[in-house]
Amino acid sequence: MKRAVFRNRGLPYLLVLPQVAVTLVFFFWPAFESLRLSFFRTSPFGDRTFFVGLENFQKLLVSPDYYQSIVNSFIFALGVTALGVGAGLFVAALATQKIRGLTAYRTAVLWPYGIAPPIAGIIFLFIFHPSYGILPYWLSFVTAYEFNWLLKGGVAMALVIVATAWTHVGYNIAFFLAGLLAIPTSVLEAADVDGAGPIRRFQSIIFPLLSPITFYLVVVNLIFSFFGSFGVIHAVTQGGPGGATEIMVFKVYKDGFIGLNLGSSAAQSVILMIVVITLTALQFRFVEKKVTY
Amino acid sequence: MRTTRWSKVVSAVLMLALALAAPLPALARTEIHFWHAMGGQLGETVNELVRQFNQSQSEYEVKALNKGTYPETLTAAIAAYRQKNPPHIIQVFDVGTQTMLLSGAISPIFQLMKEQEIAVNWGDFIKPVTGYYSKDGNLYSMPFNSSSPILYYNRDAFKKAGLDPAKPPATWKEVGEFSKKIIAAGGAKCGFTTSWPSWTMLENTFPWHDQPFATNQNGYTGLDTKLLINSEFGVKHIGQLAAWQKEGIYSYGGRMGQPDPKFINGDCAMLIQSSAVIGGFKKSLKFQWGTGQLPHWGAPYKKQNAVVGGATLWVMKGQKAADYKGVAQFMKFIAEPHQQMWWHVTTGYLPITHTAIKNLEAGYHFKKNPEQWTALSQLSAKPTANSLGHRLGNFVQIREAIEGEMENIFAAKKNAKQGLDDAVAKGNEILKEFAAANKP
Repeated sequence: MKRAVFRNRGLPYLLVLPQVAVTLVFFFWPAFESLRLSFFRTSPFGDRTFFVGLENFQKLLVSPDYYQSIVNSFIFALGVTALGVGAGLFVAALATQKIRGLTAYRTAVLWPYGIAPPIAGIIFLFIFHPSYGILPYWLSFVTAYEFNWLLKGGVAMALVIVATAWTHVGYNIAFFLAGLLAIPTSVLEAADVDGAGPIRRFQSIIFPLLSPITFYLVVVNLIFSFFGSFGVIHAVTQGGPGGATEIMVFKVYKDGFIGLNLGSSAAQSVILMIVVITLTALQFRFVEKKVTY
Repeated sequence: MRTTRWSKVVSAVLMLALALAAPLPALARTEIHFWHAMGGQLGETVNELVRQFNQSQSEYEVKALNKGTYPETLTAAIAAYRQKNPPHIIQVFDVGTQTMLLSGAISPIFQLMKEQEIAVNWGDFIKPVTGYYSKDGNLYSMPFNSSSPILYYNRDAFKKAGLDPAKPPATWKEVGEFSKKIIAAGGAKCGFTTSWPSWTMLENTFPWHDQPFATNQNGYTGLDTKLLINSEFGVKHIGQLAAWQKEGIYSYGGRMGQPDPKFINGDCAMLIQSSAVIGGFKKSLKFQWGTGQLPHWGAPYKKQNAVVGGATLWVMKGQKAADYKGVAQFMKFIAEPHQQMWWHVTTGYLPITHTAIKNLEAGYHFKKNPEQWTALSQLSAKPTANSLGHRLGNFVQIREAIEGEMENIFAAKKNAKQGLDDAVAKGNEILKEFAAANKP
């Protein structure tokens, strides 16, 4: 193998410099700034700041609302990930069948990913809103069950999970589709010859071969649910009813930008950062061992 | 080669043109930046108002910019202020008043007018509006869009139930009775719903009954304020709503204007919502409707006044001193009776000077449009310490906490007392945080 060696010792550093600079400016600097802010109490206009040590963290740790938001975040993240990855695998498996118009289907199943989360939220509102949604209206003809997530916290949570998973499922499908198409047909044919049925084939061949992709998607979906799933909740429930869908990242936004309590908001984002780093590290430590590359 | 030469010629000409054009902006008018939160139809009305001002004089040009919702506008203005380039004027909603007063970033309107030597007859402004936005008797921000919550009712549904369509319920007892009759007669599926739950059902219902919402005269006289909404009155009122929710008489429909469709599509026979939606309802409602004052509990409670909601215009510090003359002129312009009347008739927001109201009366405006009078009629009593308004720090967050607990109560997860106790505990924590961040 030919080794690429730079004659000029400075050149490799120069070449990685842009990436390092971007990482420092857009990742480390804001993260550091959050950490710094979390030790202060700041007036909304920033004219008065007081160092308060760990008080912002301490207040969060005794707040039942904050624990509620942590629990909500986990329910939400696990729900979105299970549903998004599961549905993604299922749809991708369907989209590898030999059927007429396959490419059209494949294109269509990716579409939801192209829809901005707030728009997806608005679409879900028009379908599910208790006052003007079409589904509760139809439901009222066939059942006395009141589909009222404006008061029922569990229903509200289910709704935002489904809506968020839906916006993200296209991404999962794309990866699974690529993974499925990369599985050599010869292996599957050999299993066929050995008398393996579709379930056995999936269990013993397809799923293990997809495991790196599944692992990647689980990690990405979890991180996305913790950090990036703001748009749907903002558009649909605003964290309600009674804080039932208030996940950590939404509380960061609400306390910081609506409540203008920057110190607490910064402390919350530091905690959120720690939670997600720990979660990801744990996954790499324990789950990744089960992955066959 | 040809192209290169040509491009050189073109760029040289462009440079020359630019150089010649450069001195022109010096002749341009001074720009006054005005950030607001009025979208859609209201935003166009603001633009029209600004256009009229710009045409009325040649020295200043107000540039109005919609920055999204109220909280987004405020957040944007704060960010701009921190970067030392704030807009001259920002529109801030009622609940942001305490934050603005203590921000150190604003020029009080009364002081600005004095400095710019523009005479304004402050006595002409109606008291419930100025009371909300004044400190020590001086007005700190210019009232712009003010409204108060009123009761809307579906006359067709009333007729179907054999009720007098000219008579809205005056008391809460009647609200319950009328609702039962209407539901029984098939006039509607539910009796009533409420928009902006905290604003209509607590922030206004308390002063309407002369009940204190918070200590320190609702926060006017100090920062160490505590909420009082878990009082006997609060528990009685919210408890009744919860009972009605169970019976299907009341139908909780969410926060802000989300419940409106329940009334618009005829599901609920009554709605309690801001008077500012009159303009929209005139265009969209497909049935006969009328308005009434906020329902009252009757004796032993006194009937006081409602408090205004909406927003005012604050003048930010930090721009060129010479600009503020234009800011003052614009403020004077929007307070003139002509603009006041036009704004009121177009949007449904309240006219806020006695002169404007008198002129509207002279033109029989309220006789022809009685629904426009309802909100004003609720503001006629002389405000008491309980009904001047609310001056709470971080009020947006407090409202969130209150509405979250109201949802828990209406979902029967907590009883009224528990829920309101929890709302008070959360609210007091937020107030304490605000007091600590704003200690002098």
